[in-house]
Amino acid sequence: MEDLGEKFLQVVIAMAIFAAVIGIIMLLVDRAPKSFRDKATIIGFLAPAAILLIVGMVWPALQTTFLAFTDRDGNINGIDNFIWMFTEPTALVTLRNTVLWVILVPTISTIIGLVYAVFIDKAHGERVLKALVFMPMAISMVGAGIIWNFMYAFRGSEQEQIGLVNQILVWFGGEPRQFLLDAPGNTFFLIAVMVWIQVGFAMVILSAAIKGIPADIVEASRLDGATAWQQFWSITIPSIRGALVVVITTITIITLKVFDIVRTMTAGNYDTSVIANEMYTQAFRANEPGRGAALALILFLMVLPVVIYNARVLKKQKEIR
Amino acid sequence: MAIIRGNKAVLPVAALSVLVLTLSACGSGSEGEGGGGDEPTADCAAYEEYGTFDGEEVSVYSTIVDIEAERLENSWADFTECTGVEVVYEGSKEFETQIGVRSQAGNPPDIAVFPQPGLLAAEVASGNVLPAPDAVEALVDENWSEDWKGYGTVDGEFYGAPMLANVKGYVWYSPATFEENGWAIPETLDDMMTLTEDIAADGTMKPWCAGFESGEATGWPGTDWVEDYVLRQAGPEVYDQWVNHEIPFNDPQIVEAFDSVGEILKNDEYVNGGFGDVRSILTTPFADAGQPVLDGACAMHHQASFQAVNWPEGTEIAEDGDVWAFMTPGVEAGSNAITGGGEIIAAYSDEPAVVAFQTFMASAEFANNRVSEGAAISANQALDASLAQNPLDRQSIELLQDENTVFRFDGSDLMPGAVGANSFWSGIVEWINGTPTDEVVDTIESSWPQ
Repeated sequence: MEDLGEKFLQVVIAMAIFAAVIGIIMLLVDRAPKSFRDKATIIGFLAPAAILLIVGMVWPALQTTFLAFTDRDGNINGIDNFIWMFTEPTALVTLRNTVLWVILVPTISTIIGLVYAVFIDKAHGERVLKALVFMPMAISMVGAGIIWNFMYAFRGSEQEQIGLVNQILVWFGGEPRQFLLDAPGNTFFLIAVMVWIQVGFAMVILSAAIKGIPADIVEASRLDGATAWQQFWSITIPSIRGALVVVITTITIITLKVFDIVRTMTAGNYDTSVIANEMYTQAFRANEPGRGAALALILFLMVLPVVIYNARVLKKQKEIR
Repeated sequence: MAIIRGNKAVLPVAALSVLVLTLSACGSGSEGEGGGGDEPTADCAAYEEYGTFDGEEVSVYSTIVDIEAERLENSWADFTECTGVEVVYEGSKEFETQIGVRSQAGNPPDIAVFPQPGLLAAEVASGNVLPAPDAVEALVDENWSEDWKGYGTVDGEFYGAPMLANVKGYVWYSPATFEENGWAIPETLDDMMTLTEDIAADGTMKPWCAGFESGEATGWPGTDWVEDYVLRQAGPEVYDQWVNHEIPFNDPQIVEAFDSVGEILKNDEYVNGGFGDVRSILTTPFADAGQPVLDGACAMHHQASFQAVNWPEGTEIAEDGDVWAFMTPGVEAGSNAITGGGEIIAAYSDEPAVVAFQTFMASAEFANNRVSEGAAISANQALDASLAQNPLDRQSIELLQDENTVFRFDGSDLMPGAVGANSFWSGIVEWINGTPTDEVVDTIESSWPQ
């Protein structure tokens, strides 16, 4: 009980401090000379967030950048870490895998999501069909990794299969196989998990965009005698271009950062590692913070253009509206 | 701006939401501090020497969780009752990475329990761990062998006492199965190989089952195999040179150990009973891997003394029970070389209550308390072996206390993290997956920090 009392007191004190800080900011902003008041308001309310952002993001980013040029003992070693990254065979496999992920996951997820959205549009039971595909989005990547580990589970051909995929193979007279152990095929089986998760996201956004196409355009094209295929290429696709870009770029960013799936399913063994996973392994397990930081920096440089493009497209859309 | 100026309710609402958030965050934090309030039941005579510290807290951080953590906490309940030192225990599977983060952030626990001497050395290098108090060093000099004291020593300075221990290299089997088939316990490594061939030729079951899957630590049970063979085939001197990198990792003597292990583990005829071919070792969780011994799908399973907790509840561990274990034999009969592991308990604080707790943890009382809770052993020579809860624990304690035993600490725990907890593990994984031995040992050698 005394514990709870103590905690409560702490809460009250924290609350009071929070209120006091906000109060002081408000007071100061209010008292500022009139000519300066607008600026004071902006500075007053932006500063706390900006300070937290600098302490929490900008400063660590600079530190990481510095770290990327040091060795394990903290001495500066020039671009050694980057030379390692682009020459060492296992590091090269990591880069290759990341490229594979980034090309395949956004394109496949978007295509499947788009086709699905078009086909179920105005279909009977659309909501249920949508929910079915969207549900994997609600599962964490770690959870999805564990689920699919069971799906791919292997037992020898003399034993009872416990994994669904291998059981299906056996039913059709095939030999069970180790899906996660054979490179480079295993990377594709991991990618399938990510696609499984992301299709729902693509489908929901694109379906909403399709529903937003003005009915008169669709009707006009139909009166002009356009086939379903022509409608799809000439009406649907151009009308939802903005949504398509958002979907592809968002999935690209998520894919670049993929970590949990690889970590839970193979831990980066069997040539399946990706940049984010290798970054963690190098920094925290291999005791090579410099290499970890260098990988983080590369990851950042790869995400950056996608983020910028995404932001520009969004801004352009706003201008049009 | 109009919203804020016009609506005076914003502040209270914001404050209230902070209150709610903070309260809900606190709700889950106060578990696990149970106990207390009991009538004094302990005999406090044994604890008088530590003094009394009313209500002072000592925080302890380690890798030990779940039931093992409960037993650990029980073993210092009397200490708390008699001295008044509240022990705030926290166990985490993330200990190995988090301890460095916490000590660098200026938020270390009072006491940390290091499962790897290599990790302790890395933490000592960061300058935050304090050398052990004199009382602890005196107890360790009295009750532990030189070797064990050495695991808590970094660059000649002594930092902490060993806490618990385990003995590796046991081969678990079903006594009933062995008797039915007339198989004898092998006395030498060659005998073990002959037995393996016989069982395989017999055809009723695979001789071995194995499982190396352990999440991101996948591969470690394989390092145990190799370490056992290096110690037995090449001897303790070579073993020491190997873990200290005085000989390269790809030395022919190490390659020989790999190849000998490979004769068993990389042969589809000999593994992997109940699971599939050689490569199914990689996808079988280490805790499940022994089960086919009970089903009669395999005859033997190589795993440390802590395999005892992985058997289904109610499995009798005894020489005439459901399962029993023999020590991996040496090249010649009567070999006495074993590998094992343990934890080192070191401090980040020198408050008197912390020193008292640290001294208690090095004492025979702690070892006795913990061992009588079950499923644990210690290398403390003052430990009473008869307190052990199963015959294998008793046998392991006797092995550790026997002066003739040549004991070596788990090699991968002594090697630098870049090898011991990284390239050695992933190397074993590649090796089982089909990569030839020389390629694997070369890769591991090249990862050794210069």
